[in-house]
Amino acid sequence: MTIEVKFFASLREQIGRSEARLAASEPLSVAEVWAQATDNAELPVNVLMARNMEYVDSATPVHDGDEVAFFPPVTGG
Amino acid sequence: MHSEIREQAFEPYAELLQYQQAMQAAGRYGATAVFVGSMRDLNEGESVTAMELEHYPGMTEKYLQRISQHAADHWNLLDSLILHRVGRVEPDDAIVLVAVWSAHRKDAFEASRYLMEELKSKAPFWKKEQTSEGERWVENNTAGY
Repeated sequence: MTIEVKFFASLREQIGRSEARLAASEPLSVAEVWAQATDNAELPVNVLMARNMEYVDSATPVHDGDEVAFFPPVTGG
Repeated sequence: MHSEIREQAFEPYAELLQYQQAMQAAGRYGATAVFVGSMRDLNEGESVTAMELEHYPGMTEKYLQRISQHAADHWNLLDSLILHRVGRVEPDDAIVLVAVWSAHRKDAFEASRYLMEELKSKAPFWKKEQTSEGERWVENNTAGY
């Protein structure tokens, strides 16, 4: 299955890229998507995660074609 | 009910007037609560010359629509408007406009407060400031309460 991964703001700069595409042969959680997309970097404590543009937690399962995003605490307004 | 991301500077009071006139609700609203957030030229003791506002295209728009709908479902509102800037912002530029129209002030005040606090704490936007010392990401918003 294919998963689109996105990184935003300071996290994008730390990782050094804004997106990645994963080809996985087995079901993954959001935390496992992070590990595969970042070469096993440690998941930041305050990271926020979204699957298909909805907030989720790191244990949420990911399906084929999903978009998973990781970003730091938000600072809009 | 309308929410929108703007890539260019906007004049919040002109937008407010234009939207209110187009609503065709004259005589029905007794309360309008308006919040305008503008860029300051100082943050955490350093002068800030400009700011880059980033968002998550798709998710941010969806989130603003969701909180607008939630406000409409939970309070007795006639209409609401949210405008939010992205891109390069300079001191005194408007960053956000939230306006809520209702028959009475309770609903207008409470719904506008709800929209602002949700927007500040959960809508995916990020600010990167340009200061005399270089660039830095804003790491946290100040508390609203």
